[in-house]
Amino acid sequence: MEAQQELSGWRKWMEGIGDYVVFFTRFFRNIFTGGFEWSEFVRQCYEIGYRSMMLVGITSFIMGLVLILQLRPSLISLGAESMLPKTLSVALIREIGPVITAIICAGKIASSIGAELGSMKVTEQIDAMEVSGANPVQYLVVTRVLATSFMIPLLAIIGDAIGLFGGFLALNFTDSISFSLYFNKCIASLDFTDLLPAVAKTVLFGFAVGFVGCYKGYHSDKGTESVGVAANSAVVTASLWIFIIDAIAVQITSLLFYK
Amino acid sequence: MKEADEHIETKKEAPEHKQEVVIHAKGIKKSFGKKKVLKNITFDLKKGENIVVLGKSGQGKSVTIQCVVGMLQPDGGELEVFGEDITTMNDEELKKLRMKIGFLFQGGALYDSMTVRDNLEFPLTRVLKLKDQKEINKKVEGVLDAVGLLDAIDKMPSDLSGGMRKRVGLARTLIVNPEIMLYDEPTTGLDPITSREISELINRLQRKYEISSVIITHDMECARITADRILVMDEGEYIAEGSYKELEKSENEMVRSFFNEPA
Repeated sequence: MEAQQELSGWRKWMEGIGDYVVFFTRFFRNIFTGGFEWSEFVRQCYEIGYRSMMLVGITSFIMGLVLILQLRPSLISLGAESMLPKTLSVALIREIGPVITAIICAGKIASSIGAELGSMKVTEQIDAMEVSGANPVQYLVVTRVLATSFMIPLLAIIGDAIGLFGGFLALNFTDSISFSLYFNKCIASLDFTDLLPAVAKTVLFGFAVGFVGCYKGYHSDKGTESVGVAANSAVVTASLWIFIIDAIAVQITSLLFYK
Repeated sequence: MKEADEHIETKKEAPEHKQEVVIHAKGIKKSFGKKKVLKNITFDLKKGENIVVLGKSGQGKSVTIQCVVGMLQPDGGELEVFGEDITTMNDEELKKLRMKIGFLFQGGALYDSMTVRDNLEFPLTRVLKLKDQKEINKKVEGVLDAVGLLDAIDKMPSDLSGGMRKRVGLARTLIVNPEIMLYDEPTTGLDPITSREISELINRLQRKYEISSVIITHDMECARITADRILVMDEGEYIAEGSYKELEKSENEMVRSFFNEPA
């Protein structure tokens, strides 16, 4: 009996992977076939990007501020206070900025996409689209996944800039450093190998947020409870994927650039 | 009551239909896991005819029409729509076929994020690929006028009542001029007056657009108003077939239980 249950658990898990692969194939095929839904894509960019900017901005600002306040005593004890702008910019741009932005977007965007598509499924709107001969994957999935893949990197870049500004203010609580000197130090400490991998991984984070949100919503069961389950599951799965992608991206970046 | 009845557009005599069969189903079977939902479904829908499928909830009435439109794949049997086997169609063929079939969902299934106008424009721009805005506006206004909701054109679905949502849902399916309409419980959840209005609207639109229809319901008033022929479903198969008047006199207990329902 126990073995049978374990077998059915494995089967369910394998079926889940199969569903992901089929859904990805449908998504990928629909990017290139039929007409692209530009107006819906622009609307999603606005919803995903512009409407998340305030949240990402405030969080990044606080992150930059707190990082400086936390790093300062340690660096002073090492006699490396002048390294504060460099340490912050490298930490923020390479790792903390992209990951924090992506996690915030997983919470805000993946859940909202999961809930929206889930409720569309429950109220038969997706079925209605399919039965009418329209293509729900093209209209609902392709636009949302591409919008998150495009907007989350932009949000991360804006978040990084605001985080650095937060760090500048924190530094001026105790010390006095001019705006131009601070930003010169921040930018001087960065090079191509810091910026490109960071932007590249935010594209993947954006893809994970959009794709997981769409998958969970599109495959939710019929029933109001399943909308909540889809939203919750979208956040958890997207967050997990963000960390997995981050771990892989860091390994690849280390192999390529920091030998 | 008698006076009110006189105003109802009932199908007292079945019109003479051309013999062209638009849906042919023979021995359709469908199971979900171990549960056999459809055991042996056989029926023909003729051009211009209204069939009502009666049955208790959970008997597989909706599953039948979902198979007809290709949302579900039958496990066995023959299912032809316009003479073509739907079970062997690929995505592109299915898409073309669906353009000739309208499906009204129980709750109307209006797209929440769009206004009534956008809901109606959606199939025109995505399915029929129309580009001329004047032509689109004309079609949208024409079909909304036909369902009596021209005033609601710029409203959001959340601002509409249940009956209005069904009317808009009906308008959205009619806008592409389908040849077959499938109604999934069109009057469920509506008050008796609105139910009657929707049933009469189904009749009126059927005449105006010359549509063949399958109406899934357990509302006897709707069946009386709309049916040319009624099929009674029980445990995955049809147990009786005939006009409303014929079935009213049926001696089958299950069939009688529908007709003896208190009004």
